[in-house]
Amino acid sequence: MPLDRGLTLSLFARRPGGASGEQRSGSGVAATQRTRTLGRLLAAPSIILLFIWMIVPLAMTVYFSLSAYNLLNPGSLSFVGFQNFEYFLTDPAFLASLLNTLVLVGAVLVITVVLGVLIALLLDQAVIGLGIVRLMVIAPFFVMPTVSALVWKNLLMHPVSGLFAWIASSLGFTPIDWFAQVPLLSIILIVAWQWLPFATLILLTALQSLDDDQKEAAGMDGAGPFSTFIYITLPHLARPITVVILIETIFLLTVFAEIFVTTGGGPGLQTTNIAFLIYSQALIQFDVGAASAGGLVAVVLANIVAFFLVRIVGRTLEV
Amino acid sequence: MARRISVRSKVLATVGAWLVGFVIFFPILWMVLTSFKTELAAFSTPPSFLFFEWTSENYTAVEARSDYVHHALNSIIIAGGSTLIAILIAIPAAWAMAFAPTERTRSTLLWMLSTKMMPPVGVLVPIYLLFRDFNLLDTRSGLIMVLCLGNLPIVVWMLFTYFKEVPKDILEAARMDGATIGRELLFVLTPMVIPGLASTFLLNVILAWNESFWTLNLSTLKAAPLTVFIASYSSPEGLFWARLSAASTLAIAPILVLGWFSQRQLVRGLTFGAVK
Repeated sequence: MPLDRGLTLSLFARRPGGASGEQRSGSGVAATQRTRTLGRLLAAPSIILLFIWMIVPLAMTVYFSLSAYNLLNPGSLSFVGFQNFEYFLTDPAFLASLLNTLVLVGAVLVITVVLGVLIALLLDQAVIGLGIVRLMVIAPFFVMPTVSALVWKNLLMHPVSGLFAWIASSLGFTPIDWFAQVPLLSIILIVAWQWLPFATLILLTALQSLDDDQKEAAGMDGAGPFSTFIYITLPHLARPITVVILIETIFLLTVFAEIFVTTGGGPGLQTTNIAFLIYSQALIQFDVGAASAGGLVAVVLANIVAFFLVRIVGRTLEV
Repeated sequence: MARRISVRSKVLATVGAWLVGFVIFFPILWMVLTSFKTELAAFSTPPSFLFFEWTSENYTAVEARSDYVHHALNSIIIAGGSTLIAILIAIPAAWAMAFAPTERTRSTLLWMLSTKMMPPVGVLVPIYLLFRDFNLLDTRSGLIMVLCLGNLPIVVWMLFTYFKEVPKDILEAARMDGATIGRELLFVLTPMVIPGLASTFLLNVILAWNESFWTLNLSTLKAAPLTVFIASYSSPEGLFWARLSAASTLAIAPILVLGWFSQRQLVRGLTFGAVK
């Protein structure tokens, strides 16, 4: 009991700034030592589990990527060096899917950030019933990807009975056969709809922390709404926008379910992204070696983004 | 010194905001409406918006397929279980990092964040093979394990930021007033972290409920949660729009409600405290 008490006391007494020194006098050094040991002990399960979760599959991926291994003829695992990488990287499907991935990520980012800023600015005005509007705007984020993909594909984008087709023909246009004529654009629209709430919510949160006095002062100095936006609001939003871009990129690089339930990567390779290509190599063609090589390519791509995100988050982290 | 707000601009902003909100929400609204139509009405052009014969037959049809309840139960067990386990593992870690930080705490936190950046497809092959060899394919325990580990970094981070906010002066004051450690933990500390625990739980249940990479790849039937069940409507049965809509509405309704409650925590949880 005294031990417990001492431990807990020192746990709570420790402050980064270290203001209350007198409490720790006496057995201060010992307590700190014990605190540290206890801290390591408490953090250990999470760290060990995450380390295993990260390192074991990654090591296996590296191992498989250097081997010829097809699930259809098991027991035939042999070392082949970098052949899988050569195969995966020179496969025309790789270039096509890399391009699709970049277009998908880029387009969704542009749509969500631009519309997100505009909608956040709108919702930052004096709006009656803002609470309800907020709920409506945020809702798509909570819809599971398989539902949003199928609802959009069938109920909205169906070339004959879909709502878009009806709108188009009542306005005198020829309805578009979305998934046949512009398959990638269709996927982009669905994914953008899912991520627009995220961008809007974060940018709105950021806008609400902007000091009104600054904008007022600018107004008194004769700045119009447009220059107030350019010189005050936009710089204030730079950081949140960066965070939105980085976080969305990490998720968008691996969009999978939306493609899985709508197009299956087709027609041809038109909607195959890197994630879907790896999936089809692994679980449709059973080529473990090539899929692993592809997996490592995906890891490298994500890491480039992660590097910047971790730095930005790290800058604000106070321990 | 409030901003001068003219009636005109207020009306304009309100109309604009409601319009935007309606357009964004419309696909969900349309899905819910369709779920109350007959299959024939769901297909008809021009579409009927409100003046159709309302029916609940699709819901009974979805219910009648006994497997709907089965998949819903899987979703609840997998999302709830994985989140609960992740929280139990994360509490001690977040506690230690918030109350007994060392010079390595910072880099540990950032490293945890970086594990979340690992694209799941990068490790799809080994996880799939491990699951096959350990007979974990299409089991709830397998999915609980993967989703638990996948969300663990977010859980640690969220709990850490909530624990950091506990004002230590209050704890010290309680101690000076002669509170025992047990009382201090129970009556002073716990009430202060319960809201944080609740929002961490809520947000991570939402993330696990909607997770559609591992669930689609690692389960087919027995352990399949609602994400996989809905995906089964992508082929032939997708022709039954009204029924698809009813199943979808049932699949997203509970999480939509939870999500609306936790929208403020969403920003914090998903940006790792980088935006407040």
